[in-house]
Parts: sequence; C-alpha cells; structure tokens
Amino acid sequence: MTNTSHEVAKGPHHESGAAPSALSAHSIVKRFPGVLANDSVDFDVLPGEVHTLLGENGAGKSTLAAMLCGLYQPDSGYITRNGERIALSSPRAGLQHGIAMVHQHFRLVERFTVAENVILGSRDLSFRLNRSELENRVSAVAESYGLPIEPGATVGDLSVGQRQRVEIVKALYQGAEILLLDEPTAVLVPAEVEKLFENVHAMTQAGKSIVFISHKLGEVVEISDRVTVLRNGRVTGHVSGRGTTDTKELARLMVGRDIELTTQRASHATGHEVLQIRDLSLNVGGVSVLSDISFNVHAGEMVGIAGVAGNGQRELADTIAGLLSPTSGSVAITGSMSTDRGPIHARELGLAYVPEDRLGMGLVPSMSILDNLLLTRDRHIVVDRASVQPEAVRLIDQFEIKANGPEHIARKLSGGNAQKVLLARELSGGRSATKLLVVCSPTRGLDVGAIETVRALLDDARSAGQAILLISEDLDEVMSLSDRILVLYRGSIVHETPGESAQLATVGAAMAGLSTEGNA
Amino acid sequence: MNENIWVLASADSVAIATTLILAALGALFTERSGVLNLGIEGILLTAAISSFLAADASGSIWLGLLIGSLAGALLAGIHALLSVVLRANQIVAGLALVIFGTGLANFLGKPVEGKTVTTIIHPLSFGALSDIPLVGPIVFGQDIITYASIAIAILSSLYLFRSRPGLELRATGDDPATVDAQGLSVASIRIRYTLFGGLLVGLGGSWLMLAQSAAWHQASTTNGIGWIALALVVFAGWRPLRLIFGAVLFGFTLQLPFTLQAEQITFIPSALMQMLPYLATLVALIALSRPSTRNKLGAPKALGTPFVRDER
Repeated sequence: MTNTSHEVAKGPHHESGAAPSALSAHSIVKRFPGVLANDSVDFDVLPGEVHTLLGENGAGKSTLAAMLCGLYQPDSGYITRNGERIALSSPRAGLQHGIAMVHQHFRLVERFTVAENVILGSRDLSFRLNRSELENRVSAVAESYGLPIEPGATVGDLSVGQRQRVEIVKALYQGAEILLLDEPTAVLVPAEVEKLFENVHAMTQAGKSIVFISHKLGEVVEISDRVTVLRNGRVTGHVSGRGTTDTKELARLMVGRDIELTTQRASHATGHEVLQIRDLSLNVGGVSVLSDISFNVHAGEMVGIAGVAGNGQRELADTIAGLLSPTSGSVAITGSMSTDRGPIHARELGLAYVPEDRLGMGLVPSMSILDNLLLTRDRHIVVDRASVQPEAVRLIDQFEIKANGPEHIARKLSGGNAQKVLLARELSGGRSATKLLVVCSPTRGLDVGAIETVRALLDDARSAGQAILLISEDLDEVMSLSDRILVLYRGSIVHETPGESAQLATVGAAMAGLSTEGNA
Repeated sequence: MNENIWVLASADSVAIATTLILAALGALFTERSGVLNLGIEGILLTAAISSFLAADASGSIWLGLLIGSLAGALLAGIHALLSVVLRANQIVAGLALVIFGTGLANFLGKPVEGKTVTTIIHPLSFGALSDIPLVGPIVFGQDIITYASIAIAILSSLYLFRSRPGLELRATGDDPATVDAQGLSVASIRIRYTLFGGLLVGLGGSWLMLAQSAAWHQASTTNGIGWIALALVVFAGWRPLRLIFGAVLFGFTLQLPFTLQAEQITFIPSALMQMLPYLATLVALIALSRPSTRNKLGAPKALGTPFVRDER
C-alpha cells in the first residue's frame, strides 16, 4: 500500500478526511449454473483513481463489473456508492448513480452519427430532436475532457479507437462519475492504447473513477493506481502503487503458480519453401480484400501475420485453406497449386488449419472428441471408430486435454481444451502428414495456463520441421513467437521484419497504416 | 383512347394506394423495431371482416374503422407474444398468422359472404375543386382516410428521423444490444411497435372493406395486398416518404389490367399483368433473404432476430 494516500489526495472533488470510496462491493457472491463466478468478492474504487481488476478469462472480473453497473444482480452481498447502500436493478439504475460501463464489444449503432449514439437513451431530451444543437452539446462534453470527436460522423466509418472514444463520451455525457472499462485495449493498436491512457488520465484528473478490467500485465502496471487480482471468482491479492509492481508477482497471483510466457526462439535452420504465395489478390463482392500478397513460409519457420482485425487476415487464411478462390495470383503448398481444387486437396498436400472460430469452423460442437478426430481421418463409407479410438486416447493424454475420454462432447469442453482438441487433430496429421500449419488467433479467450501449453505445442511443431503461419490480432503473441513478422493492413503486406529485431512501435505503426516502408 | 378511363384509373391508383400505405406503414414500424411480421395479409382480412360486421351492426363507419383497427392490433399481439416474448422463429410465426387470420376471417364472414355493407365511406366533397379536369378526381376526389394515410406517412417520417422515440425505435431495429445497455426495454419497444403496426394494418384493412370493396368476399377482398405491402417496405428502403410514391406506383400496376381491358388493349394478357405485383413481391422477399442485399437496401440489421441478452 505504498501510495494510496497520495492517490486519494489526487481527486480534486474528493473531500479530505476518511471519506467513503466512490463505489464499493461488499462480499459479493454470484452463481451461474455450474459455476461460482464470484465468491465473496470485496472491491472498491476511490474518486480520481484507476483501480484494475486483473484476472484470467473466466476469473470472474467481467461478472463483477456487470454487477457494479447493474447488468446482473448479486446473489448475496451488496454495493455502496459514497458509503450509501444502493440497489442496481438495471443498467439504467447504474447510470442514475453515475456508473457506466464501456463494453468490450461496443454498444454503438453503426448507422447512426456520433451525436445520435451519444444521446441515445438519454432521458432529458425533448421529443423533437434538433440535430445541430445536439451535436454542439456532444462536442462540448467531449472537448471538456479533451476527447476530440466529430459529432456528425457516421459511427460505421470510424476506426476502433475512435468508436471507443465515442463510447467514453457517451458515458460522460450521461453523467458518469465511475467508468468501468472492460478490456478496453483488446481491440486497439499500440498508438491507440497510448491515446486511451491519456484520456484515462484526463478523466481521473477531473475526479472520475476508473475501473479497468484487463488480463494484460504490462498495461495494468502502467495505468493502475491499485490492482485487485481475481482467480476462480476469488480475490487472490491486492497490489498498489503505480509502476512499482512486479509483473511476475501479478502473474503468480493471477494463475496461482509461476509461469513463463516469453517463449525462447530456438535457433534452428529453416528448410525448403513449404508455402509459396505469389501476387495473391482477392475481391469479395467487388471489394478488394487482399491485394498483391507474396511471401513464403519455410519448413521449420514460423511466420506471424500481425494486424488489426478485419484487414484481410481471415480471408488470407481461408484462401490458403482452399475455402476461398483467389481473384488472381497463386498459392502453392509443397510446390503444388492448392487454390483451384478446394479444401480437401489443400489438406492432401499437407495443410493443417486451425481457424479462428474454434467451435464454428474448427470442431463440430455437438459431436464427441473422437468423432471430431474422425473428420480429418476416415474417408470410408462405413465409419470405423474402433481404429481411431486408441489414437484419440493417446492424443487426449499427450495434449493434456481435460475430458472424460474420447466420447466427451466438444461443446462441453472449456475454451482451452476445445482448442487443444483442435490442435491435436490438426498437428497429428490426417490423410497425409502435416507440412504446413495455418493457425488463427490460437490463444484468443484462453487462460494463461492454456496459452502457455498452446504456444509450447506450436513451438514443438516448428522444431519438428513444420512450416507455421500464425495469424493473430494479439501483437504480443506474434512478436514473441514468430521468426518473421508480416503486417497486414487493408489487404496488403505493408511491413516485414525479422522476429528477433522487431520493434513494438514500428510494427504497431504499420498496423495502424502509418508506415508503408518495406523494412524496419 | 378514352381520357376519362385513364383519369379514373389514376384516381383508382391513389385509392388502392391507401390500403397499401397503411398496411406498409404498419409493416414498416414493426420492422423498424426488428420484428418481421409476415402475417400482414391475415391481419388485413380479419380487420376487413371485423370492420364489416361492426359497421353493419352499428351503422357507424367510425365504429367499423375502430373495431377493424383493434382487430388488427389484436392479431399483431399474437405475433408479438410469439416472436418477442417467446422468441419464436418470426417467419414461422408470421406465416402461421396468415393462415390463422385467413381462417378466422373465413369463419367470421361465413354468414355475410357476398353481402354488401350498408354504410360505406364516401369521398369528401370539395365543391368546384373536384370538377377540375384531371386534377379534380385525382387530388380532390378522395375520402378522408386516403388523405389521412398520406398525412400519417409524413408524420411517421418526422417521427422516425426527427424525434427521440424515433431514434430509439431505429436503434432497436439495428442494434438491440445497445438499446438494452442504455437501460431501455427492447421487448417493450418491440411489442409496442408490433401492436401499433397491427393497428395501422387493421385501419388499412377496414378502409379497404368499407370504401373499396363494400361487399365481403373471403377469397378476393384483399387479393394479396398484404404481401405487396411487405414488398413495398423493402422497395421503399424502410422510409415512409418513399413508401407513398411506391404505393401509388403499385396501386397503378394493380388496377392496370382492368383499365387495359376497358381500353380493349389485349396484346398483353391481363393474367400476366395481374401477376406483376406478386412478381415484385417475390423479388423483394428474395432480396430480403440475402444479408448483403438487405444491408444495401437499408434493412434494420436485427430484422427477424429475437433479442437475447448475452449471459456472460
């Protein structure tokens, strides 16, 4: 508790003395079917303070935030605002108490203008709307916190960072004193993160309280005045003091053991070219999604594709997998053209594909692990489960999949275990031995423990001489695993750099479209 | 060429357009909230016979219109219950409503099949104005509901795009999760506009009965106008003002076979002509089924999708 007193004094609207915290949760318990999401959690935030909720996915931080803003009601325990007990029966009740949530998935109507989105749901509006007057009012609120926005712009045309700003302005416009930011940096490029942090400072200077929800240790240390760590629905630790915190200690509190996430890039010789892409262009519905992409992936090499979501990553993966036909250009796997004969052909050439949408595209959720394995193995008319059974048992053991056996239904697996099943199927080879592995966001939504395993599995595959194309929006992941990094921006490769010497700032700028140079 | 016939035909187009405007506006309000009600045809029929029976029993046009409109809202209430409260598949619920509404109208109308309603709505009289050539019968030869329907369409446009509740309505159809996060009730908004939509469709059906048809024929009173209204909403891009023009155009197409027959123009088979509006409906429904086309046309993004708050 190094500088808590200092932080209290920072809030200008904060009365001196032992004033109550702006918002507190007392012994909150919340149960969902089969899960104890929050187990007597205590939490509080002071005026002018950034208090972070840190935890893995499923640790219960979003659930707690949802109760703090009125989306859910606790099963037991209570919430106080400035020391007084309040009942938050709905998000509207939360807003009335000055509590607003900025959701991870923005709650904005894309077809509406910025001003329309900001005022939506405000009760103090007249029946008739005067557009220009509203836009002025919205601008005034935004500028008073140093958040530049264009009130007349259509939200659908804005970048992700700008949309997030609109969300924040909306909360401020509605009179929020306490803002809950749910994983606000997950969708941002590094430059936008910096901007967000500046905005957060501006708001705390004005006496607002920020509840920051995250699982990214680095940024948590940078932004937080205090940190509360959650694990399995329980508070496992409080840490305070900006910048003085040891990330290792936080990680230990988060996971319950020491972990090592920075994978060592093993020095290894790369072999022949397994994937060759030449001048690949793709138009979907008349819109250019990929243009003039050329690169190779060698055996034993991991190439990472970085980029903000929606810059053509998914289409690139689907084209390599034979699911989309390119408009022009070619994709060759081990020297054979793979693009004109569909996904089965690509697989016969040695492709393994781990799509982003695990349970939608990767696995059949209603089928067992065994049947999901059979999908890439057995092509006879009569299904021969018995012959795959031993392999299924072996893979469950080898990949440490937590399941009741090969008959476990895929849907009932946790996210991490479903991903392990998918990786097990793809890495172990189907009709032909795997030579090229295309993986999309392999650790998205997984907890730190599972991330560790999945990354180790990818590393093993590389060491075994497989060529790997890693497509991920998690820049840290791409930076720490890849031998070579390519940045995809608006369907083109705008930057290429070796993994060892890659600079976060340079890659981040390329992701934002700020640099179009070929090399770092 | 007989000029009189064409003037009458144009006046008729405006008249037919009245039912179309009211029914399509009803569908538009419903769809703007994100609820797809395919049951318009069934609602129209039930409203028509309800207004017939009410007007016949009471001798009052106004009571006829009122009861018909309420019958429309009542049927729409069934759709709201199924698709909003119970989150049923809206297409299935809507089609069921067509069948139910048609059957109900058939049942209620059995005793009066082929009979003429005793009191009907008459065109307003504007004195000399109505005698102006061409303009007179078209502009000044209509009844109060026709004028009202155009006024309602204009007011609807102002309501949708220039008022706070209109903003909330459009947001509900596009992005119900956002509306929910603002603490507004998606279900309540959807139920309200589904009912209001039914009321407008009911008014359209009642007017069709009391001003246009006069005689009840279960098989031919509505003649598929409910389906055309659904298509009209699509072609109008969910905008009330465009809908007025579309309705007149469709109205013109609908009466064209009769005019051509009267003009003894026979080189186009009249059956083919009669088919046109339904062909347009088919095209509209196909357009609706493709997500990319839907977006381009300006369809509410959450149209036809029940809203469920994300649990975790």
